[in-house]
Amino acid sequence: MSEVPGLDTVAVAHENPDTPQPYAELGMAKDEYERVREILGRRPTSAELAIYSVMWSEHCSYKSSKVHLRQFGEKAPENDALLVGMGENAGVVDVGDGRAVTFKIESHNHPSYVEPHQGAATGVGGIVRDILTMGARPVAVMDALRFGPADADDTKRVLPGVVSGISFYGNCLGLPNIGGEIGFGAGYIGNPLVNALCVGVMKHEDIKLAQAPGPGNKVVLFGSTTGPDGIGGASVLASATFDDESHAKRPSVQVGDPFMEKLLIECSLELFEKDMVVGIQDLGAAGVSCATTELAAGGTGGMNIQLDRVPLRDHRLTPEEILMSESQERMMAIVEPSKMEEFLAVCDKWQILATEIGEVTDVTAEEAARGGRLVMTWHGETVVDMPPRTASDEGPVYERPYARPASQDALQADDAAGLARPGTDAELRDQLLRVLGAPGVGDPTWVTQQYDSYVRGDTVVSTPHDAGMIRIADDSHRGVALSTDGNGRFTRLDPYAGTQLAYAEAYRNVAATGARPLAVTNCLNFGSPEDPGVMWQFAESTRGLADACLQLGTPVTGGNVSFYNQTGDVAINPTPVIGVLGVIDDVRSRLRTAFGSEGARVFLLGETRPEFGGSAWADTIHSHLGGLPPRVDLAAEAALGEVLAAAAERGLADAAHDLSDGGLGVALAESAMRGGRGVRVTVDGDVFTALFSESGARAVVAVRPGEEEAFVALAGSHGVPVEQIGVVGGDSLSVTHPGGAVEVPLAELREAYEAALPALMSGV
Amino acid sequence: MTARVGVVTFPGSLDDKDAARAVALAGAEPVSLWHADADLKGVDAVVLPGGFSYGDYLRCGAIARFAPLMSELVPAARSGALPVLGICNGFQILCESHLLPGALTRNASLRFVNRDQVLRVENAGTAWTGDYTEGREILVVLKSGEGSYVADEATLDELEATGRVVVRYVGGNPNGSRRDIAGITNEHGNVVGLMPHPEHAVEALTGPSTEGLGFFTSILSHMAAGSPVNA
Repeated sequence: MSEVPGLDTVAVAHENPDTPQPYAELGMAKDEYERVREILGRRPTSAELAIYSVMWSEHCSYKSSKVHLRQFGEKAPENDALLVGMGENAGVVDVGDGRAVTFKIESHNHPSYVEPHQGAATGVGGIVRDILTMGARPVAVMDALRFGPADADDTKRVLPGVVSGISFYGNCLGLPNIGGEIGFGAGYIGNPLVNALCVGVMKHEDIKLAQAPGPGNKVVLFGSTTGPDGIGGASVLASATFDDESHAKRPSVQVGDPFMEKLLIECSLELFEKDMVVGIQDLGAAGVSCATTELAAGGTGGMNIQLDRVPLRDHRLTPEEILMSESQERMMAIVEPSKMEEFLAVCDKWQILATEIGEVTDVTAEEAARGGRLVMTWHGETVVDMPPRTASDEGPVYERPYARPASQDALQADDAAGLARPGTDAELRDQLLRVLGAPGVGDPTWVTQQYDSYVRGDTVVSTPHDAGMIRIADDSHRGVALSTDGNGRFTRLDPYAGTQLAYAEAYRNVAATGARPLAVTNCLNFGSPEDPGVMWQFAESTRGLADACLQLGTPVTGGNVSFYNQTGDVAINPTPVIGVLGVIDDVRSRLRTAFGSEGARVFLLGETRPEFGGSAWADTIHSHLGGLPPRVDLAAEAALGEVLAAAAERGLADAAHDLSDGGLGVALAESAMRGGRGVRVTVDGDVFTALFSESGARAVVAVRPGEEEAFVALAGSHGVPVEQIGVVGGDSLSVTHPGGAVEVPLAELREAYEAALPALMSGV
Repeated sequence: MTARVGVVTFPGSLDDKDAARAVALAGAEPVSLWHADADLKGVDAVVLPGGFSYGDYLRCGAIARFAPLMSELVPAARSGALPVLGICNGFQILCESHLLPGALTRNASLRFVNRDQVLRVENAGTAWTGDYTEGREILVVLKSGEGSYVADEATLDELEATGRVVVRYVGGNPNGSRRDIAGITNEHGNVVGLMPHPEHAVEALTGPSTEGLGFFTSILSHMAAGSPVNA
């Protein structure tokens, strides 16, 4: 028996092999539990069960997605820029001048539904620590958001909370929010998507990895104390479908303290700079369980932890609760004994609590073969004695059955080509304004003005332009551009093509700022993997992204999967959000979307086809989703990207804007409004197709006066169709076509564009 | 020798790097000052930058006021000797320190506001505004959640009557500040508090304009004119 009453030690587990254990309540399947018993050769202690249950949860183990995610490695394009690939906390790419950039996007969907403000806030906190853990200074954030219908009651609860959470946490960290996207749709009610991206900058030699080498090195926990918040978050919240009892899960959502995180960032960067850590890991999902098993597995395989030394904010916590707590703003470092004193002095300077809780140990060859040996004690008694690799790297892998749903054929046959089109110029004008003002297309300022976009003083391009761009250092003109995109409607119609279209849009957005796309991150938001139809969407989506990345030479550097975004049997439209990072040699040549010069000629790049399936027009005017999404032409996207980058480099362009949601009509209106200058356009063919088609691989460019010939020659040399469609000037958007003309004053465009969100959020 | 301008870093300061950059672009030498050191390092002037010092716990600026550095700064500023510019959270700290009257409260919208903001310079006679002309309109950045300036009517009347309103919001009041006040000064004109951020309008590449640079060049002109330096 144990000295501590009720403590489930390893000895107790040996003595009472048949004690019933709550594996099912912890989200574990029976065969998974049996496998744990097999690994240990006995029943797990309750502390060990806690570790396995969180580490083998869908959220931490990727057990349903792993077999599909492998493609990102198998089909990875040759790319010298990739310094750290998938598997670490975030991928790292070389951007030149000895500098590297790390970036990643991650979901915090389920917590943001339960408690929108804290759920979204801690989503930002978590991704920022992932970037910090790589050894980088976090320099910017972005977010991709999806909500239920804009006029739904619950959206009025969730949206303001999510936005205030991102605003509160990100602003308080001093990280500029440089872009992102917001969308609405019926399926997201009850299943909002909150995907947060962070980017960090470092020197090549500063890269840090999650590892614990060197027996005798100390294991140090630093940052916040550990409390009861977020317990079970990983296994229960992120890995199960919500039911009517979800309100009872409120305590599972973590509570964020951005001030502590800011201090933790500065403290960690000083520790890195002084070379005081040999390994580092942030505490996110699965808390101490994850950090100890991953660090140990990445090092000698051996580690001893005195769990009772973990500083608590609630002294009643049990070992199991400490292991599962997802209290925020905590990090774990591996420190050489000779550097401990200096390490603690730096923590003291930043008023950060640091506690030595254990040390790295040696393992025998036999132990190594089993997956290492992690031992944890509680007041001197052993409560954990397990091979850490079996929890961190050798979780279950499922080949979930998948099948194309029978309903997919009918969905694709319901072509948008049959929808009633505007018959008169008055209808055309009215529909243009309605699409321009649709939530998800219209002005996001109500949201984005709650975010600090200027702090750090390196933001070169930000919302509402096509991508965000930052200068990577004061002493350099080099910059990186980032865009996230995802279109659930396209992906619902064709998961393979829809994912490639999301990738293509992000690629195009980055190119439209003048940067060259380099690497990719992704956040894959889907319904339940236990539904073969959803699993088919997931399989198609990952295949589409891997193929696209291979073709255009941009490796996937990391990402995140969020399953179970569904209510009952109804899943969200599959929403892979793709983030593309690009590099620009000189940020002074960057392009923005605003028309800047009166008299500049406006050119359309790319080919327009009558493609309306899943378009903003079909959705807004007809509430229709059917048919096929626009055709994917990745070679055309690459050629377009080259033209845009070269046009920026050579100073040929005054403004550039990619064509996506809403098509040419929306793009022209946005460029005109942002520049405070009108545009006069002439369309030769069908004006409806010209204005509303969402064909890919297209952009509008306002060319610097005098450079028209050079620009046309540049497009021609890359085989990109180019056509002069108009001139910047006046104070309206005017479109002349063979059957008539439409004219909308800028003031009226603004009224339609700007009114939507504030009206919906009034009184919130 | 050029002026040395200190930029204080409190725990939670965020725009300290930006303020230092603006000081350097203006031609002065930025000197980093640490909240826990009661040492002004002999600087000629000090900027209290924006951010969330001490996490805005209790009230914005309420804890920073008690930092060891402030025990050196406050008497020097109060006497009129040391020019101090407080931006955003720095303005809040100046009010909490009673170097400036009034207080900054939650925006009327109850939401954080980040936007490009036009200001009108009302007083070009302070240590930090001499390079502007009165009545000039400048475009800078406003980004704050607790930026609504409040004071009792008598104090507001006195500020107006003595020309201590330094800048005012133009084109719509963004946060509910009384009388559109965006910045004020003390009776000596050496201490200025601004809710908007001039340090984010110093480079064409990253700001909405370069019209914020004047605050930082003004302090150089002020020094060159032989005004009291760190008495």
